[in-house]
Order: sequence, then structure tokens, then C-alpha cells
Amino acid sequence: MQRFPCPFCGPRAETEFHFAVEAGHPRPDGAPSDADWAAYLYDVDAPKGPAREMWLHVTCGTYFLMTRDTQTREILGAEDLG
Amino acid sequence: MSGWRHPTLGTEIDRSEPRRAKVDWTPIDGFAGDTLASALLASGPRTIARSFKYHRPRGLYGFGAEEPNALFDVVRDGVTEPNARATLTPLEHGLLARAVNATPTAERDRHRWLDLLHQVIPAGFYYKTFMAGGWHLYEPRIRAMAGLGRLDPNTTPPAEVQTRHATCGTLIIGAGVAGLVAARKAVDAGEEVWLIEQSAHLGGALRWRGGVIDGALWWDFVEDTRARVLASGGKILTGTTAWGAFDHGLIAAHQAEAHLHWQIRPGRTILATGAVERPLWPAGNDRPGVMSAEAAHYYLTLYGAVAGRRIVLATGADSGYATAAALAQAGAVVTLADRRAETPDAPTGVRHLTNQRLQSVQGRRELFGVTLNDAFHSADTLLVSGGWTPSVHLHCQAGGKLDWDAGKDALVPRAGTSHMEVVGAANGAFGLGAALVEAGVTSADTTDWHWHPVRPYPEQRGRIWIDLQNDVTLKDVKLAAREGFTSVEHLKRYTTLGMATDQGRTANFTGLAAMADATDRTIPETGTTTFRPPVQPLALTVLGGRRRGDLFNPPKRLALEELHRTAGAQFREYGGWLRPSAYGEEERDAALSEAQAARDNVAIYDASPLGKLEVIGPGAPALLDFAFYNRLSTLEPGRARYAFLLQESGIVFDDGVVLRPAEDRFIVSASSAHVDAVRFILEDPRQDRFDPSQVAIHDVTQAYTTLTVTGPRAQDLLRAAGIATDIPHMGLEEVTLDGFPLRIARISFTGDRSFELSVPLPKGPALHARLESARTKLNGHWIGLEAVMILRAEKGYILVGKDTDGLTMPQDLGWGGPRDRREDDYLGRASLRTEAANAPDRRQLVGLRVDGEALPVGAHLVPLEGPRRSLGFVTSSHDSPALGRPIALALLEGGAARIGQSVGVFQDGIVQTATVTAPCAFDPEGERL
Repeated sequence: MQRFPCPFCGPRAETEFHFAVEAGHPRPDGAPSDADWAAYLYDVDAPKGPAREMWLHVTCGTYFLMTRDTQTREILGAEDLG
Repeated sequence: MSGWRHPTLGTEIDRSEPRRAKVDWTPIDGFAGDTLASALLASGPRTIARSFKYHRPRGLYGFGAEEPNALFDVVRDGVTEPNARATLTPLEHGLLARAVNATPTAERDRHRWLDLLHQVIPAGFYYKTFMAGGWHLYEPRIRAMAGLGRLDPNTTPPAEVQTRHATCGTLIIGAGVAGLVAARKAVDAGEEVWLIEQSAHLGGALRWRGGVIDGALWWDFVEDTRARVLASGGKILTGTTAWGAFDHGLIAAHQAEAHLHWQIRPGRTILATGAVERPLWPAGNDRPGVMSAEAAHYYLTLYGAVAGRRIVLATGADSGYATAAALAQAGAVVTLADRRAETPDAPTGVRHLTNQRLQSVQGRRELFGVTLNDAFHSADTLLVSGGWTPSVHLHCQAGGKLDWDAGKDALVPRAGTSHMEVVGAANGAFGLGAALVEAGVTSADTTDWHWHPVRPYPEQRGRIWIDLQNDVTLKDVKLAAREGFTSVEHLKRYTTLGMATDQGRTANFTGLAAMADATDRTIPETGTTTFRPPVQPLALTVLGGRRRGDLFNPPKRLALEELHRTAGAQFREYGGWLRPSAYGEEERDAALSEAQAARDNVAIYDASPLGKLEVIGPGAPALLDFAFYNRLSTLEPGRARYAFLLQESGIVFDDGVVLRPAEDRFIVSASSAHVDAVRFILEDPRQDRFDPSQVAIHDVTQAYTTLTVTGPRAQDLLRAAGIATDIPHMGLEEVTLDGFPLRIARISFTGDRSFELSVPLPKGPALHARLESARTKLNGHWIGLEAVMILRAEKGYILVGKDTDGLTMPQDLGWGGPRDRREDDYLGRASLRTEAANAPDRRQLVGLRVDGEALPVGAHLVPLEGPRRSLGFVTSSHDSPALGRPIALALLEGGAARIGQSVGVFQDGIVQTATVTAPCAFDPEGERL
């Protein structure tokens, strides 16, 4: 069981978290082309190694940016959005 | 009959307290402190089990978790535990044990003839042979004959294991000498130490081998360490198996007697799990009477159970010398046959032979001799010691790697590859002296345990068993190599080598070495199989803990549940809530009459689970405009609006009414099953797009009781209850009633005039009492969810997830307006403008009209002419008491354009005709609202 660092609550068990989305894919606002919109919806990098992801700490409702190594499971950092 | 009880030895047993169990219906006597295995050994019977595949007679081999043979189905207090290892089962009065895989008894097993066929049934035989017609034809009979223990279908094991979470400074797994020395060091360094030991006592091999540590006798050393650990605020868990190492350092351990399942997060973990003795491989090495030498030493010292009277101890290692001496001193005739030419000095009273190659074992059920260097030696017991294999399961589970150490003839942990520090025999420091040297403790005993690497001898004639538990022979390993299953993972799956309860503790290394030999590779080139949790078999009741029955997935409960029960409600789970389905014995009939009463007169239902998300602050209108499909900033305070929440893919995620009690305050009524998810959909833009200091979201769903009064006389009932209101449809007001705040919202989910009355939870019973007395006066009804479902379906009101699927967009439900008109951005907007979203053949919500029986939900809609294909399906279907006919909702391809036409409804091969209608079948003008 991994432990993720919620910026608000501190380290908590992974079962309290939901993966939200991969970071670095900003929403194309306005009237994007179908291709841009489809890329936003469906294209993910799913890197092997360090990954930047948005996670939700369900118990407190905080969304935050977590960097973790998907291979070693090492947590490399967590940033509040504020 | 060769094992016997020594008259005085046995540190674990209490001779004043006899114990009697029954094994295969035969009484077995022993003493308090005995295990089933030690009692069996001391009682003498040799054939105590039958092997997995060939039904060969098998006896006791080892003494711990590595025991491959002595498995029993054990009945204790009426509960059967299948495949219990006799070595880990305490002897108790009244305990019943049945040998696994044997009928009627291990001694007289009916299937022993199978061994005669061994030539023709090697590994893979069954899968290769029983192909014609399909494996499933043969599987039941083969399965009935194979396998180990039997489950008792009448047994429900108690769900009493509680999970306990803990953190500690240093966790030490294994309380042998290496673990204890590590514990002392950690305590000296000021750390809080937790010590986990699988057996009931600290000391590990010191308990039967003895020794002097740092000038102290071993028991003083053990007791002193125990006192130091406890004095430092640490904890000692005996009888506890650390069964798994998981991510980020989590260790799972089962403390059996206390019924505790520990989840421990240590600051650091030291692994001191020791090593398991390797066997030797003469032909016929599975005969009852062949035992691990260390096991014989263990049973002798702790239980006074002596393995035999005329013993040959075959070894290539130093560790057997003390064993031979102890057995000789106890009165057995011992021959020590060493593989090596250069050996330590012979112990007194032991016949010592050097340069001996062990070739074969003579005997059928009882062993009568062994052959060494082509010479027969009479014996009733053969003890084997072929070196040591470190127990590195937890290190490997934690991601650790192993290195081949040719000098130690073992795979040892590579330092730094797991988060654990591995010490002692688990790290390749075999023997007391080596363990102490490794730990930096001075000791008189500086002897390392050296051994001559021994491997199965390829030219040896006869059957050589690699894995006793799975009946895998050297021939099977060679066969696997010949057939190309040369990876150890393939070898394991082809031959089952290393599977089952012992997880190949005595077999894996041999199998690996044999495969390396058969394929001309080195051991590191051949590799090892993956170590996965659990280290030892673990009952599912440990993992499940108390999550069973009502506690498996507890539903949310209504505050007024007892009042509803008193009124005759039946309960069912709806979206995680336990809610009244109907008030009456017969749910269906009750629902129909409740629906009728709600249309004719007035009804009340408990709507408390309805989501209530307060969105508060000056930023609330902008946030809701972005999150919702319908514009909500234009909603007047004191009014309510029906709205959709979409995913970015444009798919409808939820619907509900949004109330605006004040300029800067909204209440989102999410569907009861979707509240959490809707909250997080709103939180995402709140935190990641807008200024979070300007708007807050607060889930108050469970802080209120909501009762809904519906029906033509709803207003009369409110008046009778002393609640005066004249708000319009989709209006709301907040008033005070008897000093408590009451929110009244005139919102309808039934198609009739309805008032949702919400009060803070503690005031629910007061509101209930007021409404109940008014209801009695007006002859109204309590109605359950089943009746509400009829009412809303009559009206064409959808349930998201039931009347919509993973492709439904708002325009498919007749709500195309915002899509056409809204210029600003909102969740899912771009998806509603794609080609797919504008396709003419999208499935759209319609009603269906039939005569006769209600349509089955899920039935596909098909064209009445032409090739049959699915045009959609029925999503909701009810008998409508108000209309006197069945009603149905459906998703239908191009449905809006088909209204008035006929469509086929396909079910069980029959197509009936239905008329496509608008979704709303009752009061389409909305005059009753």
C-alpha cells in the first residue's frame, strides 16, 4: 500500500486517493478543432518512470499535483494548486 | 514404527499434562506443548500422508513452514481447516485430523495403485492426454482424485480477525540470534523496536542448538534482549507471521492467537528470517523415514521426540555434526556419512564416515537401509542435510534482487535493492559463529558452517524427488527442459514445482539447480521465480477480517428508518442507501396501490438521500455556469432550475434540480448515488480554474432529513400540518417552524404538485410527527421508492444511468437548448459540437406504448421489416395504475423522428409491436404541477 502526500493532510494511504488526470494537458477552451479536443480527452503519455499527475485526496477534497515514479513507486513531490 | 519419545528431553512439553488427538481415527497421545507433528513423530507411525499425484506414502520431513508432506484437514471446535501443516498445529484434546489426499486413511489409501503408473504419467500427462472431446469431460474425475485437503461446505470460519494499523521505529522480522542481536543494537541506538517472531518463543535455532553469545548463555541473552526491547517501549509479537511486504515499506503480519492482522509501517525493517535446510537426493528420497537433519535436532531438543533408533545422517555440511552428537547422546545409533574428505572431528559416540556418496534409500513404506558408495547400511531413519537456502521472500517481495554467491552456494540478497536490511542466515551468514561475526559480536563460537555443494546426481538410477509436495521428480524437470520449458517460471507452471503450501522451500533451489544442469546454464543465468505474498498460506478470513455480511459494504441508513419500519416499510438498497421500497407485505401490489393513492390523493416519501451540495460565495454563479450544461447564473434567488452535469466527453453524468436560496448560495440536488462524484466534478474547476477563495462547496446531504409531500392534495396536507406556503412551481422558501429552520422547495419528481421539506437531521422526527398526523387526517399514504419509480416513469422523468447510457448526450433527452444557445464555455461543450454528437442516428429517449404485459427492461428494439438489428433498448418499464396500461421508456435510434411509428420489441426470440411515443405519458401539459 503506497502512501501519498496530500498537501493539506500529509501522508495518507493510497486508498484515500483518486487518480484524476495526467498533468500537462491543458484544456483547450473556446472552440477547439475536433483533433485538438480528442487529443485533450484521450491522449495520455503514461510514462514509465517519473510522471506528473493530478490526484484527488477524497477525504479532504484537495486536488494536487503529484510527481511519482511509476516504476519504482517513489514519490518525487506533491504541490498544492494554490 | 521408529520414532520414540525420550524419557527426559523436551523443553517445550509439559509431561504432567497429557493431550490426545485423533489422526485418521487413531488416537495420538502427546503432551501440552506438542505440535501435531512432534506427537506423531514420538508416537511412531511413519506413513502419515499421501502424495499429491502418485499417492505415495509420505512421512514427516521438516519442522516449520517448509513441511511438504504432513498436511491434514484439522477439525477444531467444529470448524475445519484444510491443509493445516502438522508442524504448525498445536496438539489439543479433541482435535481431529485427517490425512489429505487419502481415502480412507493415509496408511491404507485406496488410490495407491496410481504410483504403479508413474512411468506413463510424468509432468504434463493429464493435459496432454485428456484432449479428445475436451478437458472438461475428464476434469471432474481427475480433480476428485488429485488435490490435497477437502473444504467442509458446512464450515463458516469465524470472521473475528481485526485489522490493526501501526507504525514503529525499527521492525525486526525473525527473533533468532541475528534478529535478537539486531534488536539490541537498535535499542542501544535509542530506537523503538518491534520484534516479530513466527514461533511462540524467541531464540530461533538457539532453542535447540544452544550457544554462548557475548559470554552469556543463550537463554540469558534471549531474556535480556526481551527485557531491553520492552523497556525501550518496543513490542514483541510472537506467534506472528509477517506474510507480505508491500509498497512504501508496508509489512503485513498475522498474529494468529490474538486474531489480529497487523499492517505495520516501520521506519526501517530488518529481515532476519533465517534459512531452510536443503535436502539430499538419493533415489527414493521421499520414503517415510527420510527427514531433514535440522528437524530431527529440533524435535529431539524441544519435544524429546526422537526420529529413529538406527539413524544415518547424510550431509556435506558442518551443521549436521551437532545433530549427530545430540541424537547419539539421546541413545540412538548414529552413522554420520559426510560427502567431504576434509571434515570436522567426529562427535563422540557417532560412527563417522567420510567421502560418502548417498545413492539410494531402501524400503517401501518403512525405510530399512540406505546405500552409500555402493554399500548397504541398515537403518530405520535417514537424516539429510544438503546445505542451506536463505529465506528471502520478504526481501524479494519488496523488490529486492538476489546474487549468486558461489562461496556460500546460495542466492543471497543484494544489499540496497529492497528497503530492508537482511541479516543472519537470510543473508548467507550460516551458523551461530557466522551470524555473530556478521553482527560484530565477539564470540567463542566462530565456526562458520561450511558445506560441499551437493546437487542431484544426474546419472543416479531410480526416482529422485525434487518437490515432495507436488510430486515433481528430477525426470520431470529434465522433461520440461526437453520440451522447452527452460525458464524457471515455465518450469514452475509445467511441473507445479514450488507451488502449494510450502511454496517450494525445500524444492525451489534444487529445481533451479537441476534446470541449470539440464540446460548447461549457471544458476544466475537460470534465475528464480518471482516471490509473491503471502509468504505462507493465509486464510481468506484474515484478509477479509470483519468485512462480512452486514459489514461487507454497509449501506447508509435513514435517520427515520425505525419510524418507517413501524409504518410497515420494507427496505432495499438504492444507490448505497437503505430505503423503503414499499409499505406492505407484497412489494409489487403495495407499490401499485401507493402510486394510485399518490395520484388520487396525497402521499409522502423520504427523500433524504437526495444530494445536497451547498455552493457558496461570490464565485458560485461562475463556477456553476462552467460546471453545468444549463446556465445557472441567470437563476433568480428563491427559484430552482433543472440542470444537467456533463462529462468533458459530453455524456450526461448527472441531472438534478439546483436551488438558489440566496444571491451567493446554491444547493445542487445531485442524484443520491452520485453525490460524491458530483462534488469532485465541481471541486476540480473550483480548485484548478477559478479562484477557490471566492467559492466553497459543502456536502450537507447527510445533515438534513427531507420528506416530500406529493399529490393533488399536497398543499392541503401542508396546511393540516401547520405549514403555510404559496410558493410557485420551481420556487423555494426558507421559513422557521417551531424554532427550527425549514426549507420548502416546490419541485416535482412525480408529476404531481410536490413539496420537498428539509430540516436539520435532529428535527426530522418532529417534522415526521407533524406530517404523519396531517396524513392520517387526509387519509394519505406513505409511499416507497418503487411507487416513486412508477410515478416518475409515467411522467417521462429519467434516472441517469438507467434511462441513459455511456453515449447519451443532453440533446438525446430532448434538452438541446443550451447546446444551441450558450456561447460561453462549460464542461463537455466541445464534445457536443462534434460530428458524432450531431449524427441523425443517435439513440434518443422515447416512450413506448403497448397493450397487455409490461415490456421487459433491457429488451432490444428492432425494425419490424428488413434485417434484424438493435435500434436501442427498453430502459424503464412499469404497469401504470393511473393510465391503466403498461408504460415504458427506451433509448431508440433516431427516436425523436419515430414518434407515432411502430417498432419491434425483441425478447426470447419473439418480436412484439410497440408504438413510439413521447417520453411523457401522463399529464404532458404539466397542469398538475
